[in-house]
Amino acid sequence: MRWKRNLTTLSFLAPMLIGIGVFFLYPLASAVYFSFTEFDLLSVPEWVGLDNYRKMADDPFLLQSVQNTLWMVVVFVPVRIVSAIGLSMLLARLKRGAGFFRTVFYLPALAPPVAATIAFVYLLKPGTGPVNTFLEHLGLDGPLWFNSPAWAKPSLVLLGLWGIGDIMIIFLAAVLGVPESLYEAAALDGANAWHRFRYVTLPTIQPVILFAAVTGVIYTLQYFDQAAVAGAIASGNATTGGGITSSFGYPEGSTFTYPLWLYTVGFSYSALGYANAMAVALFVAALAVTVILLKRSKAFAGEAEA
Amino acid sequence: MRSRILAMGAAVMLLAACTPAPKEATKIADPGTEVSGTVELWHFFTDREAAAIDTVIKDFTASHPKITVNVKSGQDDGKVTQAIGAGTGPDVGLSYSTDIVGKFCSSGAWVDLNQYIQRDKVDLAKLNATTRQYTEFDGKRCAMPFLADAYGLFYNKDMFAKAGIAGPPKTLDELTEDAKKLTVKNADGTLKTVGFLPLSDFYENSAAHLAPMVGAKWLTDDGKSAIGADPAWKTLLTWQKQLVDFYGYANLVKFKASLGDEFSADNAFQKGQVAINIDAEFRLAFLADQAPKLQYGVAPLPTSDPARYGGGYVTGNILGISKNAKNPEAAWELIKYLTTDDKAIAKLAELIKNVPTTTATLADPKLTGDPNFKVFLDIFANPNSSTTPPSKSGPAYQETFGQFLTEWQSGKVKDLDAGLADADKKVNGVMQLGG
Repeated sequence: MRWKRNLTTLSFLAPMLIGIGVFFLYPLASAVYFSFTEFDLLSVPEWVGLDNYRKMADDPFLLQSVQNTLWMVVVFVPVRIVSAIGLSMLLARLKRGAGFFRTVFYLPALAPPVAATIAFVYLLKPGTGPVNTFLEHLGLDGPLWFNSPAWAKPSLVLLGLWGIGDIMIIFLAAVLGVPESLYEAAALDGANAWHRFRYVTLPTIQPVILFAAVTGVIYTLQYFDQAAVAGAIASGNATTGGGITSSFGYPEGSTFTYPLWLYTVGFSYSALGYANAMAVALFVAALAVTVILLKRSKAFAGEAEA
Repeated sequence: MRSRILAMGAAVMLLAACTPAPKEATKIADPGTEVSGTVELWHFFTDREAAAIDTVIKDFTASHPKITVNVKSGQDDGKVTQAIGAGTGPDVGLSYSTDIVGKFCSSGAWVDLNQYIQRDKVDLAKLNATTRQYTEFDGKRCAMPFLADAYGLFYNKDMFAKAGIAGPPKTLDELTEDAKKLTVKNADGTLKTVGFLPLSDFYENSAAHLAPMVGAKWLTDDGKSAIGADPAWKTLLTWQKQLVDFYGYANLVKFKASLGDEFSADNAFQKGQVAINIDAEFRLAFLADQAPKLQYGVAPLPTSDPARYGGGYVTGNILGISKNAKNPEAAWELIKYLTTDDKAIAKLAELIKNVPTTTATLADPKLTGDPNFKVFLDIFANPNSSTTPPSKSGPAYQETFGQFLTEWQSGKVKDLDAGLADADKKVNGVMQLGG
């Protein structure tokens, strides 16, 4: 009787379990397996133990790609969260045209990343792009944006902020969900606008901030499309197929993120064993950051309650 | 416990299903055996060029009535690699990149064609010498050349006349001199038009395309980086940096950032923004289509040593037979037709506007009629032309060196000798990642 009930439960869980097994656990297990092999997709994988992990020490581009990715994590994730909170606070205050502005700010999130990146690079193109032409009219000498090693990553952050709609909408829901009575009580205690934000809004939306931080870090660690496309278009020789990896990281390796290097090593240089080792390292890093964030936030919540 | 073992067993089997099986030795037919059946050809061409392939395939089936050819267009190298790895590779693959030759030969993904070549007594000497280099690796001939590209110099005749320059530069010093004369600056000191844009990440200026100017060597015989040991690279880089410094690196970067995309109608040479540009014979078709009024000339690449003048960079498309081909005999028959039949090659070269790969077709009057195209045919046949050697790690050595060049031209590298030695280390480091 009991196993029958278990079986019924299991059958309801089955689609999810199969999904997790086939699309997560199996690829993860094979990635770990391949990371211990020498593998090029074409010949039989050969067991080499920890060799691929040892090679990371001698990899001349690993450090550069890690630095670029870390830069994005450290800058992009906080900037994205702060901007999304700010934007959602503004939108929550709108009395008239709220629906219109919510739509306007959400819309860019629907643009496919590749198309959005191409459009951005052309809008910011020095010399011919409208943004720098406009700046010139104001008497300003615009930067080289995606063509300058110093500005390329900040430009990518701008691009990310433009498409902030997905996370903004979640923050908006959270901000609108803060009980009005809390604000009224705070106002009675003489709290000003900053106090209301700091001691009412922020603690209430804290779980959403945590969610945005965790998903943001994971997203940024895997940052690929925009960096690849921006490099290719800005370099002026966008190609399809074969030579794509030659424009990765343009200009001067400033947009060369960890996943771009992983792709190059695996699919262009056919070192798939090493690429799998890089993928496993990335997974471990993402997992570690997630665990730390969750632990820290629990400590936070505990303190607040005490 | 048992169920856990079963699950692990299933996982291992799943892993095995998606990884390549050990290679089986292929037996080839006796000479004179009649070949028949279906052969599948995957190529990367689309639209007009795919139609050109179909035309030639029709000729093939007309002369080989017992063979049916099943053509799939628009297949890139990634798809071919995955299909071969999964055991479902096409009989014949046509790739745009010689970068895969090293990997496909060494892994046995494409079979060694020597057995067929010897059986059918195909004379490889009839193939252009440079194309023979990029189609074999470690003594294994696993590919055959299918049309080629030759790189040379395009120069704007109107701008040359205006600057009072009679003809194209033949040495690096002349190139520098002409570039300076052809450059026009705006009132504020920024660049308006540039004689020759020397940045290594501009359009077709990659080290691979520039190497024939100085006869520089990429790899040693045992497949390690030869960059630091070959003084020719130092000559090339010193020359390039001097020209960069003439313009000022920051000025060039700013100018380059404002130029249109290489494969758009806004190409800087087509718009007269640069007077001299390195490009391949396929630019001729773009110019005819997108800038028909532009007065231009073409020439071989200038060289450091006048004695080596006449050549340029050569590369091309390649054909090979998958190790899991269902009908390797018919596959070879098709490859033999597409890469050694002079009539078929001349027709393809004319339709696709690329350089033909056999020495006989180079003299075909239909192709030599256009004087500009003739220049590229001559560059292609010139003994000073060179290509990039196949390597197991594909373009790793070229792209790693490319990174060094961007550091060099920006002035981050102060000591060239130390920089080149370091580049050597990096190239070798990247090349060994795949084992």
